[in-house]
Formats: sequence, structure tokens, C-alpha cells
Amino acid sequence: MEKLLKDKKAIFLFTFPTFLLFTVIVILPIFFSVHYSTLRWDGFSKSTFIGFSNYKSLFVGNTDGFVQSVINSLILALVSVGIQLPISLLLALILARGVRGERFFRTVYFIPVVVSTVVIGQLWMKIYQADYGMLNTVLKALGLGQYAKAWLADTHTALAAVFAAMLWQYIGYHMLLMYAGAKSISPDIYEAARIDGASETQMAFHITIPLMKPILCVCVVFAVTGSFRAFDLIYVMTGGGPLHSTEVPTTLMYTTIFSRYQYGYGSAMAIFIIVECLVCTLIIQKLFNRKAED
Amino acid sequence: MGKEREEPFSHKLPRRRKPFRWSRFFLYLFLGIVAVIQVYPLIWLFLFSFKNNNEIYSGNAMGIPHVWRTSNYYTVMTSGNVGRYLLNSVIVTAATIVVSTLLITTSAYAIARMHWRAKNVFLNYILLGLMVPINATLLPLFIVLRQLNLLNSYFSLILPYVVFALPMGVFIMVGFMKNIPRELEESACLDGCTIYQTFWRIALPIVRPAVATVAIFTFLSSWNELMFANTFLSDENLKTLTVGIMSLSGQQGTAWGPIGAGLVIATVPTLIVYFLFSDQIQKSMIAGAIKG
Repeated sequence: MEKLLKDKKAIFLFTFPTFLLFTVIVILPIFFSVHYSTLRWDGFSKSTFIGFSNYKSLFVGNTDGFVQSVINSLILALVSVGIQLPISLLLALILARGVRGERFFRTVYFIPVVVSTVVIGQLWMKIYQADYGMLNTVLKALGLGQYAKAWLADTHTALAAVFAAMLWQYIGYHMLLMYAGAKSISPDIYEAARIDGASETQMAFHITIPLMKPILCVCVVFAVTGSFRAFDLIYVMTGGGPLHSTEVPTTLMYTTIFSRYQYGYGSAMAIFIIVECLVCTLIIQKLFNRKAED
Repeated sequence: MGKEREEPFSHKLPRRRKPFRWSRFFLYLFLGIVAVIQVYPLIWLFLFSFKNNNEIYSGNAMGIPHVWRTSNYYTVMTSGNVGRYLLNSVIVTAATIVVSTLLITTSAYAIARMHWRAKNVFLNYILLGLMVPINATLLPLFIVLRQLNLLNSYFSLILPYVVFALPMGVFIMVGFMKNIPRELEESACLDGCTIYQTFWRIALPIVRPAVATVAIFTFLSSWNELMFANTFLSDENLKTLTVGIMSLSGQQGTAWGPIGAGLVIATVPTLIVYFLFSDQIQKSMIAGAIKG
């Protein structure tokens, strides 16, 4: 048996294809991107090495709105953590404490997560459509017709409109993670608290939420890094427009590379996004660990 | 009580009667409203996919269609090329699932069951993939595929989809493989099985539920993927559903019905898979999030 499980040839056959493909498709491209980001290159003619100039032009004397796109993604992260997660948490807490139809609600809330982002994006474009869209129709029905507008075409509302769709799509995802976290808490603890006369709300704040710290940390990390990486829905709904009002770093990166052929500069954006995600993940985990120690 | 349906989550709480019934009422009202908000847009989509613009413009933007125009579906399937997109998505997704399942199960078996020194290093190396945003690999992959003349091929999508399915899949699968009882392998060994037979006949059948979980996860992510598909494919005959329906609004102009029909066609397969396997999907999402 031991001999069988130490079979070098089998181990090689089982792992090498995975190792090779993973290295070539995931790991090496990162190094390529770092390399590209130091070049001035249109992807076809000869490239010139320009050191950190690309990174400098992201922030110093920037003309393509990169700084604003970073600010937009930070706003998205903020509303995601400040609005989306609390709603998800509330739903998770209610469902985890056992209500009739627990399974039904959980299944229903999760539906938008499995639907393709392209479909979600096209659907919300219809919802926001000026004349016959769902939102304006509802507003008119409620007698609020004067607020109806072309939500995605207006630079004042486009960003909020796109963000609303994104929050909507992933509420169920965070709800599910938090629900699983809340469900894994032993019911004995609640019994004990109930004997001591604790109310449901007290139990939620003093037992459930503190014990859910690890999963809450995961959710905050996902919400923040997800905001920095967000691409599909914005690309489908507005492509960063109108007038760059919904631009985030990923959409800007995409147009920089594939429409303006600035491969080096676009790669610098890609690397910025990776670093931004890593740094924020570390900071969030630090914050949660410190809180856990208190 | 009837038969308890198997819950995917560990603890079942004893239900308690609430003294104050209004609070219950508002609780359910709240849950109900959220459920409507989460689902109604999709129902609305389904409804308008059977309408034509006349009906929508003359005041029935929200309600049940007066006539169920199945011709909208016929139109997009034939003139709108959606049939072709659907086929492409099926091919790419099926190939991705087959290849990734093979790589994931073999690698996970070697990590979880076999004895070699670097296995933990290897596992952690693969798990690095969970941290890498795919945006960062887009351009390098594009350049490599262009140089190899592989843009505009199924292969250009299957390759990255397979590889990006690996980290999560290996992670979930290793967890399951570790729980296989040693005795089973040992008795197989006494019967003179080779290591490949042990893997194929003993380990693989036991982890079938995990294979399903991983396959569903892979299905969802490759079926719905947009960025690679949008970048690597420009040939109309190779476009997958996500890319195809992006251009649908262009082709169909402002015709609501056919566009809606295209969106419904793209969504129905995912919803079928979701309703068949909703517990498994939810479990796989959780397993994927709570890594080591």
C-alpha cells in the first residue's frame, strides 16, 4: 500500500499537468504584466523601456480620469460595505434564527447571483429605460412622475444606478455566507442566553454577530476587492460613460488596452488593481484580528 | 411533522412561538418585500419577452402580455444567431467541465492521499490562484494567444476557464478526498489494484458529490464569463451567449420582445441547474469562500 501511494510516476502524472497549466496561465502572466507596465508599447511595434513612468502618469498630471475611476471604485466599496452588507446581515440573521420558509427565502435571494452578469446588465438597462422602464413606470404609478428620468444617460444618476444593480445582484451571495456563519453557531449558546432572559435582538448583537467575525471578515474582503475588480456589469450597462461618469479602473484599463492600444500604461493599471486588492485584504484582516483580540 | 428535508447546514434550531404577533407579521412582510425585489425584475423580463413594442408603448409595460408571442423566441433563435451562441456556450462549458474535473480530481487525489514531500507546497501554490484577479492576466494571455494564432477558437476560452476553475476545485476536492477511509484503499490494494485503478474505482466514486459540486461551480463561472470571451472572440460563429447577447441590442435595435427572449434563453439553463442543485450550489459557494 505504502509503495503504491509513493509511486513517483503516478504523482507526476496526477499533478504535473495542473502545475504546468496553472503556472503558464495564472502565475506567469502576472510577471508579464509587471514587465509590460514598464514599457511604452502599442502591442505591435517595438517597445521602449520607460521604468516607472506609467505608474507616475496614473496619478501625476493624469488626463484620462484614472484618479476619478479609483475614487468611483472606492465609493462602490464604501456603499457595498455600508449598505449591501448590513442588508445581507439582517436577512441572514432572520433566516438563521429559523422562520417558516427559511429554505425558500434563501433560495430566492440567491437567484440573481447565478444569473449571468450580461443578462443582469441588459435587464437593468431596461429597468432604467426612460419611457417604458420598470423604475419610471413604478414612479409614475406612485404619482412621482416628476422624478422619472433616463437614469443611465444622466451623469448625475448613472453611477448610483449602476451601483444599485451591483448591490442588488450580490445581496444574496453575502446573505448566504453570513447565514452559513450564523448557522454554525451551536444552539446550546442560545438556550443558555434565553434562560438568562436575553431578547432576540440582544442575542443577535451579543452572541451571533461577535461569533460571526471570521465570516464577516470574508464578506468585507469580498465586498471591497469585488468592488475594485468589478467590470462586467459596468461594461455592459454604460461602458464607463456617459462622459466617464461610471468609469472604474477595470473599465478604463480595458479601453486603454483594447481601444487605445496603450499596452504598457494599461498593464500599470492592472498591476495597480492587484496591489490595491492585496493591500486592502491585508488591512481588513488586520482590523478584524485586532477587534477579535479586544 | 412529515419527513424532514435534508438541510445543508448543520444545526436545526428548535422553533419557538413568539408572543408578539405583529413583530412576526412585519418580519415576514420584510422578507417578502426583499424576495419580490430580488425576483420581480426577472419575472418582468420573462413577461416582456412575449410582448411587442406596440403593446409596451400602449401602456402594458408591466402586466401580463395580452398575446403570448412565442415568435419573439423564434426570431432570435433564427435571425438573431442566438441558437449558434447557445451551441457555442454548451461546447465551451462542457469541454471546460470535463477537462477541469479530470485535472482537479487527479491533483486532489495526489495531494490528499499520496505520500510526497512537496504536496502542501503544491496545494498552497495552487491556492494562490484564488487571490489573482483575472483582469491582470487578460492582456498577457491575449498576446500569447495572438502569437500562437489561437484567438477566435474554442480553445482560447476553454484553456483559461479550465485553469481558473482549478484553485477552487482543488481546494474543495482535497477536503473531500481526505475523508475517504483508508481501509477501502487498503482492501483494493490487497486485491492487486494499481494506483490508477485505486483512484478510478475507489476514490472517484466516493467523492462523486464533490465532483458534482465542483462541476456546478465551474458551469456557472464559465457559462457566465464575459471578459475573456469578449476579448478573445470576434468571429460571429464562435461567440458564446454572454458575448452574443451583448451585441443583441445592437442587432435588434429597440425591439424589447426579441431582446428579452434572448436574455431568457441565456438564463434558463442556469436557472434549471440552479433549481435542480440549489443546495449543492449554495454549499459550494460557502466552501469556496471559507478557505483555509
